[in-house]
Amino acid sequence: MRSRKTRRGMAVTAALVSAGLVLAGCGGSDDDKGSGEASGKSPGEGKAECAQLTQFGDLSGKDVTVYTSIVAPEDKPHIDSWKVFEDCTGADVKYEGSKEFETQLQVRVQSGNPPDIAYIPQPGLLQTLVGTGKVVEAPDTVAANVDKWFGEDWRSYGSVDGKLYAAPLGANVKSFVWYSPKMFADNGWEIPTTWDDMLALSDTIAATGIKPWCAGIESGEATGWPATDWLEDVLLRSVGPDVYDQWVAHEIPFNDPKVVESLDNVGAILKNDKYVNGGIGDVSSIATTAFQDGGLPILEGKCAMHRQASFYAANWDEGTDVSENGQVFAFYLPPMGDEFGSPVLGGGEFVAAFSDAPEVQAFQTYLSSDQWANEKAKATPNGGWVSANTGLDIANLASPVDKLSGEILQNPDAVFRFDGSDMMPGEVGAGSFWKEMTNWITGESTQDALDNIEASWP
Amino acid sequence: MSTGEKFIQMLIAIAVFFAVVAIILLLTQRLRSRRGELIQSAAFILPAIILIGVGLLYPAVTTIYQSFFDRTGDAAVGFDNYKTIFTDSDQLLVLRNTAAWVLLVPILSTFIGLVYAVLVDRSRFEKVAKALIFLPMAISLVGASIIWKFVYDYRDSSNTQIGIANAILKGLGFDTYKFILNDPWNTVFLIIVMIWVQAGFAMTILSASIKAIPDDIIEAATLDGVGGLKMFRYITVPSIRPSLIVVLTTISITTLKAFDIVRTMTGGNFDTSVLAYQFYREYFNSANQGLATAIASLIFLLVMPIVIYNVRQMRKLEAR
Amino acid sequence: MTTAVPDEKGVEALVAQEPVAATAKRALSSPWASLTAIIIAVVWTLPTFGLLVTSFRPEGDIKTSGWWSAFITSTPWKNWTLANYDQVLNGSDTNLSTYFINSIIITVPSVLIPISIAVMAAYAFAWMKFPGRDFLFVAVFALQIVPIQVTMIPLLKLYVNQGFAGSEAPGGGFYTIWLSHSIFALPLAIYLLHNFMSQIPGELIESARVDGAAHVQIFTRIMLPLMAPAIAAFGIFQFLWVWNDLLVALVFGGGSLEVSPLTVRLAELSGTRGNDWFLLSAGAFVSLIVPLIVFLSLQRYFVRGLLAGSVKG
Repeated sequence: MRSRKTRRGMAVTAALVSAGLVLAGCGGSDDDKGSGEASGKSPGEGKAECAQLTQFGDLSGKDVTVYTSIVAPEDKPHIDSWKVFEDCTGADVKYEGSKEFETQLQVRVQSGNPPDIAYIPQPGLLQTLVGTGKVVEAPDTVAANVDKWFGEDWRSYGSVDGKLYAAPLGANVKSFVWYSPKMFADNGWEIPTTWDDMLALSDTIAATGIKPWCAGIESGEATGWPATDWLEDVLLRSVGPDVYDQWVAHEIPFNDPKVVESLDNVGAILKNDKYVNGGIGDVSSIATTAFQDGGLPILEGKCAMHRQASFYAANWDEGTDVSENGQVFAFYLPPMGDEFGSPVLGGGEFVAAFSDAPEVQAFQTYLSSDQWANEKAKATPNGGWVSANTGLDIANLASPVDKLSGEILQNPDAVFRFDGSDMMPGEVGAGSFWKEMTNWITGESTQDALDNIEASWP
Repeated sequence: MSTGEKFIQMLIAIAVFFAVVAIILLLTQRLRSRRGELIQSAAFILPAIILIGVGLLYPAVTTIYQSFFDRTGDAAVGFDNYKTIFTDSDQLLVLRNTAAWVLLVPILSTFIGLVYAVLVDRSRFEKVAKALIFLPMAISLVGASIIWKFVYDYRDSSNTQIGIANAILKGLGFDTYKFILNDPWNTVFLIIVMIWVQAGFAMTILSASIKAIPDDIIEAATLDGVGGLKMFRYITVPSIRPSLIVVLTTISITTLKAFDIVRTMTGGNFDTSVLAYQFYREYFNSANQGLATAIASLIFLLVMPIVIYNVRQMRKLEAR
Repeated sequence: MTTAVPDEKGVEALVAQEPVAATAKRALSSPWASLTAIIIAVVWTLPTFGLLVTSFRPEGDIKTSGWWSAFITSTPWKNWTLANYDQVLNGSDTNLSTYFINSIIITVPSVLIPISIAVMAAYAFAWMKFPGRDFLFVAVFALQIVPIQVTMIPLLKLYVNQGFAGSEAPGGGFYTIWLSHSIFALPLAIYLLHNFMSQIPGELIESARVDGAAHVQIFTRIMLPLMAPAIAAFGIFQFLWVWNDLLVALVFGGGSLEVSPLTVRLAELSGTRGNDWFLLSAGAFVSLIVPLIVFLSLQRYFVRGLLAGSVKG
């Protein structure tokens, strides 16, 4: 009784106080807006950098809300990179990043309160969202951009049932081994170029009394994910991209003998007491070491190699020299033979839209262009970002690791494959796969671990 | 919205709220008849009942309803989700852990909070001493997870330690210990974190309660020569018995639905998962609505013994 | 409906009882008792102290050595730094004070409103007679078990349908946050306050009834002053929960920076991939200041003899 009055009171007050806001705010999610219809003269008319954006007409006063998992300080380069779009169209982009993105996005979508645009870091999540029927198909302008600037493989990661929903945005390369160039030079060690060389080097290092490898797979509720990357990288190298695709799509069982063999190959390093876990402890200590801390013993000279993605660059202490001849750098995790070229495992984000309003489509178009990729690279002076967009000029990238990643992504011989666990159903990719790899580190047999994951496939 | 506008909004909201409350109290205060009393009662409880009904009861009922459907909520599956819960081999472990949490956390945090509240009561440093135990409650969970990382962190004995627990072990000449990894003790070490947080709650409520014990009772007991432990056992504890039950109950319920510590410290690995975390994981990571809501419903069911115990205590109190 | 400050009589009663208190104190205290208290206090504080020390250490040190080594190096003070605090306070484009103000705006109504509603309901459950009273009380208290996670989607759907949520929501999303916090606080608030209410001697209420006082008068003139310690105790906790809450603000705030509390900033301190987790040490203490002030200042309501004195009087 009183409560209802109170609420009405609240609503009335609120309406009075924020009437201005309500009037000014223009819902980006209104469904009745004509899609793609240009109206009015675009503020960017006649400017060269706005060539692709004027077709959407005057978007002044329109808002586009963007929701991502990227938080400060990495959000600033993103916001800065949209300036061209805002100047050309007159629209305003509102950014929100949250580390609870994955759960919160699903809550918002299911409650009917989605953002206009979301950066989706996993193709698997994109599939789930498309399944809710709330994701809008990418407009033709975006599809054209994706065809022009991205490989067929990247297009497929943003598609569900052959329809393109989300254009690729950023990317990262996971097939890296971090090492200390100084330590290698001092000891006369060479960067290995084949898998066998790498194992031989490991033995050499182990003979000096240093544990050659260090690792950490603890990551709160995502504990285990770095180990899944290990398996995927080795599988991609030993059976090739086609079988890898079948495995990800569950066309061959998760515990296929080839997978067992690959995991045993991983175990030859990660579960080898002679090789791990430099500076921290024995094999099982990998399970409780935070992934952020996993490679740090390299700086203390207690460990020589750490396999982790390009984004690990941000984990080194600020004063650390991360470059080819510096304190730490990364080399490409070598292939296991010539048969499959240079396989690269990586990840990335995709731009999904929940509205087909013109300002949203204009923004999607901008984000999928080579223009944005270069703007973003220029807006990231400290590095830590790269894209698979072939229109990206490597020279615009700031850090040596980014340049190396960019070269690998644009190398025509490279065989890129997306992180498999990000494409599997949630209960495997974000569930049993992580969990069983963790159990495997702490003592479970290879066969049991893979059997358990296979059994959990929905 | 500028800062000023925000404050104005806040003040308006508070003013409107209290104006409505005041009007209701004024309107109902003259009612004296039996029907009037009923209207008065309604005025006092309905706001709470309506809010709870909409915000908690309705979602709870939805949850139970959904637990009989499949993962997306499309097809009815009867009791299948519940069967899954009880046939999963890991589930026995989860139930064991949940039982350990629900037994150890309320009892130990209440005991420590009570003892501490009594010990520092009337002491010169009471305010500061209580603030120290209260601190863990006030620290956000992200802070707490790092605090305990610096306690439990493991490096083998040959390396520099970062965790203080292992530094002490090493200093005493023992081998370092994998606190987070070694089942079943790792569950105990996670429980310690929860006790560390909850003892402040127990201490605060029980302290307020101890201060409400009429002084003449204590006076009389003191004159009779009762003191020390006997005072604690025969005067303090019985006098605050209702508050003890309230604190035990509240902490039990909080523990039953707590998953944050498990989530941040082990992610449910190394056999440390509890029901609440299983629910969270199924709901958000696996998007298996059916199974998640079935686990939630099981948690609802587990609260029943606590409810029944409370009802019996209330009856006893009324009978007196 | 403000909580009353303990009146003069209560304070006098307290002073008058001082000798008794002293006797009781002597009876209870022994070296062992003091030792126990000190041990508990040290064990409870040490981990937090470690975090405090950590917050003043440079990143490299935090990751490679224990916090206690900040004391046992030959030059203990040389390596201490305010860099982490600088990063927390100035590291974001949005001024930290914006988040602070939002936290205050969110917290004040989210504490006052549920306490007021709960005090009334608790009074009714304790001292009014109406059909279904016990059943309703048990139901209310049992609903404490419902986790916020299961309420998110149904409740948010409701708000969206009523036009209360989203970026165009009235009040920018504050109303839904206040309402949600109020709802989630009610079962525990009612349960706790009911416990304290029902301990107030029945004769007190009866005699007031005989004197012709209506429930409303008893409630405002007798109950509220007597309940000050209990209200303060629950107020502290509700304040804490709201102040440290991230989930409700994220879900029901509509996600705009305009209404984001301090916890939103704290959560993102560690960076997208948690690389800067060490900053959380400083962040935790920045956000701790206000709850600690609230706790220390509300402690003055925990006055002995308030209840006892009034029974006697």
